[in-house]
Amino acid sequence: MAEIKTDRILVRFGELSNKGKNRNLFVRQLIQNLKYQLSNYPDIRYRNQFDRIMIELNGADSDEVLERARHVFGIRSLSPVVVTPMDFELINEASLELMKQEKVGTFKVDTNRKDKTLNFKSNDLNLSVAKTILSQTEHRVDVHNPDIRIRIDVDAEKASIAVKTVLGAQGFPIGVGGKALLLLSGGIDSPVAGYYTMKRGVEIECIHFAAPPYTTIQALDKVKQLAEKLCVYQPRIKLHVVPFTEIQLEIYKKAHPAYTVVLMRRAMMKIAERVMHENKMLALVSGESLGQVASQTLQSMASIQDAMDGLILRPLLTFDKNDIIDVAKKINTYETSILPYEDCCTIFSVTNPITKPKLKIVLLEEAKCELDELIDVAYKSIETTEIRYHQETYL
Amino acid sequence: MLTNPIYFDHASSTPVHPEVLKSLSELSAVHYANSESLHEAGLTIQTMMRKSREAIASLLGVLATDITFTSGATESNNILIKGIAFAYQHKGKHLITTSVEHSSVLESFQDLEKFFGFEVTYLPVDNEGRIKSEDLKKALRNDTTLVSIMAVNNETGTIMPIQECAQIIHSYSQAIFHVDGVQALGKIDLNLSTIDCASFSAHKINGVKGSGIIVKKKNVQCHPLITGGSQEEGLRPGTPNAIHHILFAKTLRLALNQDKSWIRSIKSYLVDEFNQMDGIVINSPMNGCSDYILNISCLKVPSQIMLNWLNQHRIYVSAMATCLNRDAQPSHVLEVMGFEGNRLNGVIRISIGYTNTMEEAKTLISIIKEGIVKYGRD
Repeated sequence: MAEIKTDRILVRFGELSNKGKNRNLFVRQLIQNLKYQLSNYPDIRYRNQFDRIMIELNGADSDEVLERARHVFGIRSLSPVVVTPMDFELINEASLELMKQEKVGTFKVDTNRKDKTLNFKSNDLNLSVAKTILSQTEHRVDVHNPDIRIRIDVDAEKASIAVKTVLGAQGFPIGVGGKALLLLSGGIDSPVAGYYTMKRGVEIECIHFAAPPYTTIQALDKVKQLAEKLCVYQPRIKLHVVPFTEIQLEIYKKAHPAYTVVLMRRAMMKIAERVMHENKMLALVSGESLGQVASQTLQSMASIQDAMDGLILRPLLTFDKNDIIDVAKKINTYETSILPYEDCCTIFSVTNPITKPKLKIVLLEEAKCELDELIDVAYKSIETTEIRYHQETYL
Repeated sequence: MLTNPIYFDHASSTPVHPEVLKSLSELSAVHYANSESLHEAGLTIQTMMRKSREAIASLLGVLATDITFTSGATESNNILIKGIAFAYQHKGKHLITTSVEHSSVLESFQDLEKFFGFEVTYLPVDNEGRIKSEDLKKALRNDTTLVSIMAVNNETGTIMPIQECAQIIHSYSQAIFHVDGVQALGKIDLNLSTIDCASFSAHKINGVKGSGIIVKKKNVQCHPLITGGSQEEGLRPGTPNAIHHILFAKTLRLALNQDKSWIRSIKSYLVDEFNQMDGIVINSPMNGCSDYILNISCLKVPSQIMLNWLNQHRIYVSAMATCLNRDAQPSHVLEVMGFEGNRLNGVIRISIGYTNTMEEAKTLISIIKEGIVKYGRD
């Protein structure tokens, strides 16, 4: 028989199904994100069918489209759909072929007649398809708790058959939750924090503090690679790179060594805050996890946060390191994060940083340094690039 | 006036795809730095190599860290076969391969036997050039550390039962499974998930010469044959031929996207014609054979004469594997398939590529016919 070809992909919503009045906004954003993520396939059409979206492939490769769409937030699940003419024989045949590709288990056929004037009952088609599959495969029927639900939508002319279900990325469509600025260091945690933020529908930009010539171009490239990995979820990500060397040198020259890390972090917050407000973002996102290092105790966080006005999100606050590593592996950033390049924190690391700084002393130490102008210069020297998910011409 | 040459020797090498050629000249003009240098120029090339590696991995369904760039499949085969044998020799010194492998595989095994005290079992093949899975099962021992089987034979096009072999090897032994996939890449479906390591080459799929890859899963130990640098994770030290490696991804993508029905129609035309031709037998199997290779024997004209005759008409084919042509020995592959006499001496390998046309296939047929009439001896 002819090869079975996927014509459409059915997209089911995640949490946005119960968003009341905001629902349309959410669906519109989701379609826009899908279009962006699938912009390599100009012939694809999108149909908003109230409780789901139908992607009409028009020749685009269904595996590739599925692989891209699988990472778009706001989708609960996706199913490749095969369209046949409205003919029992052809429907049976196509369903059988699709089921042959699935792991043997239980199934149920669910026919939905959009056109109730059709000269057969839904159950007639259910039975016909089930019989074909039962007689020619090892699959068994279970109408209550099937492994596979074969969904057939029919009208007078054609039938759409969906068998396989692929888990979507869940969460909300990126963009419905505003925009935030991710502090991207190059380590394991910050990309994971970015992932969770995007998953809740928040668009991100990234900020990175570099200390050339103490830090290498390889270290900066690693940060770009990480941002690029996150482009699977958000196809365009702005990366702001702050030249931080002068500030660090000033701090290390004048402040007590135990306080340098806290002071450095405070300076970062001050710059990040300006970038955030300037670009109309609503929060900073940090990969901090409580107690992980000296600067991530409650006392340190409080002293650091004091340097800025505004919201700091810490999606990983209560995560164990191992759990963060698991997610980093899942989102494919782990291998890049562990590449051995020093960042600006490790270069200037001190042996005994204070773990429970008192704000009063922190401020006294900060007053020893002349940072305001240096922060101003660093802010003005920020280099912003856009990291994009794109096909290189040489590939 | 000379006519355009007709090239039916694509299993030996292929013309470079115009898009690969375009990228080659664009990249070569700009990127001359050493990919290992720490400055921006080096980093740019290294980034391109990384992206190529990632793209190749995704096309092959493996991890980017599984890919090592080499100078070609001969090097890939040598590194993997010898390197794996060395790395696991504390576990055993028995190895298995087939008697119809490419010379880079066979001679690697022969070296291991001759100079390093390994014992090698060479699996026989049937008259279609295919090993039997029972033979493999019987040959496996507790001290077998490596099995190497080619996916598609380069002389006959015979497709080996790779998935079946993988299952047997992994169920009945601890041995590493290596596949020489040179003639399979971009031509038949090759599922790498059950294979521990494999060798591939660019110039057989319309890429540039001097470029090959190793696919090696993380758990496979392999001792490097060449030492002296950390390039390619130490498995293949030496300054990488960066631009060529970068182009492997594009070469592979184009090869995988090629419309294969064209090749199939040319082959089936040739098969039909040869079937009707007196004095010609087809050595390639009818089923389980690559569409790209057709091996025949001219019973009345020895290979060398037919090759020269075709060459006079600017038609290029091979008598057997090109790497062995100069030895003037009969093909070891056809020999172990059980052929002898005129059938062995009259072997011609026709290998098809995307640049071939049906017109060329027709010319090939008519010149062979003419050759048989002119030089045929009963």
